[in-house]
Order: sequence, then structure tokens, then C-alpha cells
Amino acid sequence: MNNSHKIIHWFKYASPQSFYPLAGKLIPWFWALAAVFAGIGLWITFFAAPTDAQQGEGYRIIFIHVPAAWMSMFIYMVMAAWAGLGLALNTRLSGMMAQALAPTGAIMAFLSLWTGALWGKPMWGAWWVWDARLTSALILFFLYIGFIALQAAIDDPRRADKAGAILALVGVVNVPIIYFSVKWWNTLHQGASVSLMKAPTMAATMLWGMLIMSLAFWMYSIAVALTRVRAIILEREAHTEWVKELAEVKGVTP
Amino acid sequence: MKPRHKRIGLIAGGLAALSTAAYFVFNALDSNLAFFVTPTEIAAGKAPQGKIFRVGGMVREGSLRRDNLTVHFVITDTAKDVPVAYTGILPDLFKEGKGAVAQGKIGADGIFVASEVLAKHDENYMPPEAQHAVDQAQQTAKTLKP
Repeated sequence: MNNSHKIIHWFKYASPQSFYPLAGKLIPWFWALAAVFAGIGLWITFFAAPTDAQQGEGYRIIFIHVPAAWMSMFIYMVMAAWAGLGLALNTRLSGMMAQALAPTGAIMAFLSLWTGALWGKPMWGAWWVWDARLTSALILFFLYIGFIALQAAIDDPRRADKAGAILALVGVVNVPIIYFSVKWWNTLHQGASVSLMKAPTMAATMLWGMLIMSLAFWMYSIAVALTRVRAIILEREAHTEWVKELAEVKGVTP
Repeated sequence: MKPRHKRIGLIAGGLAALSTAAYFVFNALDSNLAFFVTPTEIAAGKAPQGKIFRVGGMVREGSLRRDNLTVHFVITDTAKDVPVAYTGILPDLFKEGKGAVAQGKIGADGIFVASEVLAKHDENYMPPEAQHAVDQAQQTAKTLKP
């Protein structure tokens, strides 16, 4: 009987009604973590990290560019996982989570493209080139936009979730293409400096700066996704008794 | 046929169609998405004839020569060389011994006339002192060679 208690505990949070207050409790913590990591990360970015031997000060955009690019791919995988879970188990929360993650993922994809362009002009001599890495990253951005548009275009949320989930799952094939593009094809974009297979090819301070900034981006993404999912829960469950009973809803609705 | 079987069949069919599509897209990308060709590929006749394409590799040490506004240099992949002529502004990171990608056409004289030159930097990031130490070590290694 003890065992089943634990299982019930986890499934409990799969329902919007119990996830809503949990997310509300977690959000300030993720904001705090994001602020702390961003503070340390930005300090390393601007003061602690040394100038690069080849690229001078311009390389410092790496501290935004790489975390944004990593998050854009990671958020897509998480979004697709939620979408797939929703398709398979028909849970209500899954579709809401996928919907809540998409705008943040799109922002990250956009940031990685934009900072990449700002970096490319002085270093390569071009804002944009149609190489495999850049093109596949652009496709990722379009996948996010497509997912958001498709979900918004269908009025019935359950059907919108299903259509979006299929698009999200199809798009998953793009993520390994982005990641390995610099290995599989001749690209102007340089290879990975950090990978699981080999020692990083960066000075330690630079590497720490990049990893801590990535943590900041990660915590920020969780905080805003949870905030967004709370809004989505309120919207979709507006007809239910528990939402009508919420302190923040009472008095607002006519 | 039960509706459940029908649904499973639909999903399986969808997955099969999807993987076929992914396979074709991947193949198309594989033959077209190479951003540049290497000098060895040009020597093997893999470069498009009479069309604009990009050649990439290292700028050979000591090959950079300025002739008024035109720069001449050699792009190499250590096996084969391609001489390049370019009139225009080079990016800051363009250096001998570093990566570069040139876009243009091969002329009748075998010289690649570039209309655009991009610098390709590597994935190594280090402070100047560390770079200096690496250069020193490489110099030592060279002089120690028999």
C-alpha cells in the first residue's frame, strides 16, 4: 500500500487542478535561480572571461548565442515529448505544457539566429549564409512558428493539441540534423566546442561562463513556461468549479 | 476490422510515409547542403563546371600576395591547392594558415576568381597568452624534428 501511495502522488500532478498551485509555488524559485545564474554568468561574460586570441572581444556573443541555441533545441525536444505523451495517454496537461513551451522555444531559436548574424558579420564577413547549420536552425524556428500557428488556428483545444503534437513529432527529425550538421557536411559554421565525446576546446573560464549562462537560460525558460501554463490552465478550465473557486479568479469574472 | 486496428494501421502508415519523406529530404540535403567543396574534390572533377560555387580550406602559409586591389592566395586542404584571386575587402579573421571559404568561378587559366571571401574560424577559444604558448610549443616541435 505504501508503494501505491507514491504512484498516486505523481499522477496527482498530471491533473491541471493540482498542477496549477504546484507551478505557482515553483515559479518564484526558478526566477530566483535564473537571476542568480544570470548575475554570475554575465559577470563572467563581461569581466572574468579573457579576450579570445583569434576573435578578440567579439567572441563574447557566444555567452548568449550558444545557450540560446542549446535551449532552442532542448525546449523543442521537451515540447515534442509532452506532445507525444498527450497523443499516447490523452492527458490534458501534456498539450498545455507543449503549448506553453512553444513561444519560449521560438524566442530562443530567434535569439540564436539573430546573435549568430551579429557574430557572423564581423567574423565570417557575412550576416547569413545558407550552410547546413544555419538553414536547419532556421527550419527549427519555422517549426516553432508553425506549431504556434497551427494550435492557434484550431478552436477546439483537444483537436488543436493533436494537430500540434503531430507537427511537433515530425519536426523532431530536424533536431539531430541541426546538432550533427557541422559534422556531416562542410559548413561555414565551426564545429562544436563542447561535446560529450571529447574534452572541450575552450579556456576554462569561457566554458564556465557559457555553462552558467545556459543554466540561467534554462531556469528562465522553466519559469516562463510554468507562468504560461498557469494562464493556459485558467483559460481552458474556466468552466470548471475549481477555477471559479480560485481566489485570483473570484471577483474578476462577472 | 476493429476501430483500434484501423487506428494502429493509420499510425503505422503515417510513420512509414514520414520515414520515407525524411529519407528523401535527408538525401536531397546530403547532395546539396555542402556549403563548399574542397580542393581535392575540385581536382577529382566534382566541382560544378562553369557555375558559381564555393571552395573551402586553409589559406596556405606564405601564399598571400597583394596586387593593387586584388589579393592572390592559395586555398589548400594539404593534399591539393586552388589558387584564388579576389578583389575586395577581406574579413578581419582572414589569415594565412586559417580557414577560408571563397565563392566564385574557375577561369580558363585555372585560377579561381572569387566574388566573395568568408573567413571560417575554428571551435577553439583561448586567451592570447594560451595561443602564444601553443605557438611556442609548435615551434619547438618543428625545430626538434629530425
